[in-house]
Amino acid sequence: MLLSNLEILPGKRVEKHLGLVQGSSVRSKHAGRDFLSGIKNIFGGELTAYTELLHDSREQATQRMTEQAKSIGANAVLNIRFSTSSIAAGAAEIYVYGTAVALVDE
Amino acid sequence: MNNLLLFLGLLFCGWFFGRRAEQRHYKSIIERELEFNALPAIASRFPPTDTAYEQQLVAGSTVVSSDYFKSITAAMINIFGGEVKPFEALIDRARRESILRMKAEAKSAGADMVFNIKMETSQIAAGRTGAIEVLAYGTALIPTNVVDIASAPNVTDMNVATPA
Repeated sequence: MLLSNLEILPGKRVEKHLGLVQGSSVRSKHAGRDFLSGIKNIFGGELTAYTELLHDSREQATQRMTEQAKSIGANAVLNIRFSTSSIAAGAAEIYVYGTAVALVDE
Repeated sequence: MNNLLLFLGLLFCGWFFGRRAEQRHYKSIIERELEFNALPAIASRFPPTDTAYEQQLVAGSTVVSSDYFKSITAAMINIFGGEVKPFEALIDRARRESILRMKAEAKSAGADMVFNIKMETSQIAAGRTGAIEVLAYGTALIPTNVVDIASAPNVTDMNVATPA
């Protein structure tokens, strides 16, 4: 499955547009982690636990989108966008969407 | 009295460790930026059409926390208004770090450049003061016409010809 946030692929042609596909993931760390991050908030620096959390959510959201694209017979998702928001304290949501297409070589 | 001591202690911890973390982070950012200069990140939507490239989505994210000193200073600046310098540095660090992580992913995929860079910033409510999260993503262009020495017949022909 080809994933890209461009709209043009030199050497390939869009045979069919299959519409919007999307995936989202909401995750949070356990309370202990939240507490430790609260302490880290005094000293500053990177919150590695949350960076990992976002990385995992992003992977999962992308995977969900890819599965959806696969199920409707696409072989690529173009013009992908990510969107993030914080839903509640310590929980983050990642939403990813794009256009599923069937690509053929020119 | 105890409360005041606690406040001053926290303020000092924030100032000392926060400043140290920031200086270290900036040093490492600048070093890696020099290293990744060869792999440009371009905000254009249109990829070059002269060479054959394979496309791959790459992303990098960072969550950077504010420190106690920054938060208090920012709250004070907020009363009088004006430029909130402590938070500018914080968000700058997060953005540059995210781009570097994205480039690192692109480099490990063998890319030449990254196109159509987009940034997402959001606040994570962790603790009292908060942290910011930055996600940078784009499309890595991986050249497909790299000359493969093992499969190029001309190269082996030449090697055979020269010693004789």
